[in-house]
Amino acid sequence: MQRKPKIAFFDFAGCEGDQLQVANLEETLLDVLGHVEVVSFREVMTGHSDNYDIALVEGSITRPEDEERLKQIRANAKILVAFGACATIGGVNTMKNFMSETMYRRQVYGDNARCYDTYAARPLSAVVKVDAEIHGCPIDRNEFLRITKDLLIGKRPFVPDYPVCAECKQVGNICRYDLGQLCLGMITRAGCGACCITEGAHCWGCRGLAPMANLDAARYVMEERAGYSRSEVQDLLRIFLSHTTAPL
Amino acid sequence: MSAKKVKTTEPKAAAPVATCASCTDPALAAEAEGKKTIRVHHVTRVEGHGNIVVVIGENNAVETVRWEVPEAPRFFEAILQGRSYKDVHQIVSRICGICSIGHQLSSLQATEDAMNIRISTQTVTLRKLAIHAENLQSHLLHLAYLVLPDLMGVNSVIPLAETHKPQLVGLIGLRRLANEFSRIICGRTTHPQRMVPGGFTKLPTEEELLQLMQSFRDSVPGFKEAANLFASLAGKFPDFKRETEYVGLVSPSEYALYRGEVGSTDDSRKPASFYKDVTQEYCVPQSTAKWTRNKRDSFMVGALSRYKLNHTHLKPLAQDVAKLVGLTPKTVNPFHNNLAQLVECVHSVEDSMELIDNLLTNGIKREKAPVIRPRAGRGVGAVEVPRGILFHSYEYDAKGRMVEADCVIPTNMNHANIQKDLEGLVPMIADKSEAEIELITSMLVRAYDPCISCSTHCLDITPNQESKPDRGVRFVYKGR
Repeated sequence: MQRKPKIAFFDFAGCEGDQLQVANLEETLLDVLGHVEVVSFREVMTGHSDNYDIALVEGSITRPEDEERLKQIRANAKILVAFGACATIGGVNTMKNFMSETMYRRQVYGDNARCYDTYAARPLSAVVKVDAEIHGCPIDRNEFLRITKDLLIGKRPFVPDYPVCAECKQVGNICRYDLGQLCLGMITRAGCGACCITEGAHCWGCRGLAPMANLDAARYVMEERAGYSRSEVQDLLRIFLSHTTAPL
Repeated sequence: MSAKKVKTTEPKAAAPVATCASCTDPALAAEAEGKKTIRVHHVTRVEGHGNIVVVIGENNAVETVRWEVPEAPRFFEAILQGRSYKDVHQIVSRICGICSIGHQLSSLQATEDAMNIRISTQTVTLRKLAIHAENLQSHLLHLAYLVLPDLMGVNSVIPLAETHKPQLVGLIGLRRLANEFSRIICGRTTHPQRMVPGGFTKLPTEEELLQLMQSFRDSVPGFKEAANLFASLAGKFPDFKRETEYVGLVSPSEYALYRGEVGSTDDSRKPASFYKDVTQEYCVPQSTAKWTRNKRDSFMVGALSRYKLNHTHLKPLAQDVAKLVGLTPKTVNPFHNNLAQLVECVHSVEDSMELIDNLLTNGIKREKAPVIRPRAGRGVGAVEVPRGILFHSYEYDAKGRMVEADCVIPTNMNHANIQKDLEGLVPMIADKSEAEIELITSMLVRAYDPCISCSTHCLDITPNQESKPDRGVRFVYKGR
């Protein structure tokens, strides 16, 4: 009998909604627990250990001291998984990167501002090497299960590299552009089953850019064809996709 | 046992940085002197990061009791600046994974109030269902995963899977129902997509609602079992009493969750737009977060407050469960917040059945979305979320873009009360071992079910100075 792999959960700046999705696995969670040993999961258990094989990390890095903690986690873990949009692409925390940092730092910290460092929010991959990513805001619990299973058997998890539009067509939604709504499905990585569009919203881009996303074409469609202003497009892009070197 | 005077210490910054003189940690110094020191770094089984520091000197004299909040602030009120009213509720949803539905609803109320958008009766009913769904999810998570291990004397829910499998599977089954409920009404359990200013983009089908009704009927025995389980464990809660003020929404006609006026056990009713009168903030030397007070030094919000203010409107089965677990409206034991949560779960199921019945009777139908004409104005939303009353207050410009946002979070209102409770509780248990003190103080914090992710996006880490009327991040554009 092999020893069970040890798993630890960590969180940085975020809403802990992704750990909640793990708790939401309900009965399946008990099955998962039969195959692994959870050594650290602050949201649902007391106790902690620095001896683990897989570290699942949620949240963005927003302070230099977070970097130290993350590097320590990286040093301890054989596999480091970023889960949730905050960890994979910086999430909504990156919206503050477009505002004057000094202004509200002083507002929040007052005279102690020099004691605290806060800097532009960034995903984990901007600080350490990340071995696998579970995308979404929040993550899809079934995808979490699939990727975790893959990691446990030593397989490289499959993550789609095509855009959300492909899945959106599969479930038979009317294109948001035909309904006169702005949508980021065409440049966003698939894997969610186009859940937001199916529920009557539009795609926010929470799974990050699809690797082959043609941004020039997307801009042409949004601005020239559909007639949205630059600022409307940018507003939507800057909710989740702020941390990207792509020319948005 | 008499409560000894608790001395407070110098202000301590939330995340100490060694190079900074004003950020030293007195607990470390006390530890070096060999005093009994309890330092719970990041209390477990709560949402977000909080620390408890207790120093006990000679003859069990309590020297320091401190509740700290070191979570990294995320500046939510700042990032809302200039955002369109269409996106605001989706952004604030991300304040918290557990209370995302409540944040969306409070946000939508504030936006609709500011822009004078009228919503239909059907939308109100669906939103009430959404609140019930979130309450059920959150309370059951708290009771089963976070509180039960303490009562059973284990570190987490994981060992209970072996020792108390049937009870645990029962509770997990109820949670699955709550998650399914949430999915049917809002589209998802966390950061749902269907709710927008003016209504819903997609409605549950009749079949789904009928199925939900049946699931609720089938869940009653499960809730009775959960009630019996907690009734048998109710004696495990420490017998601790402290009078305080209880604040929550009240309504003459129902157990107020989605709509009502701000009520209090010490004060007159006020409309939600007066929220700043109730949540007066002040700075104290030993706390990094601002505290709020109304009539006393602190007040409590949450399930217990709602129960005390609204218990006459509870549904019959919920009344029975309250009797069974020994919860009375006169209780002043903060640990009983856990029991009030259980009572609320049962009430939510009963009330949801009535609301669904009502929807099915009238027939659920697609409605035309109201035409929204952005205009400049202010609006306030107030909703009872699992942890207490939640206010969102917005000011928009004529284009429907955010000028100023203010969110007042229930856990922030509870911080002062947690501190006062700790000050009352620690002297009573000062003769116990460090491990026991750590457990009991952590249990107290857990009883409040604090959601620190929520509360720190508007955390103010200023040392003691004149209380400023503003909160978190403010800037108003001048000379536009």
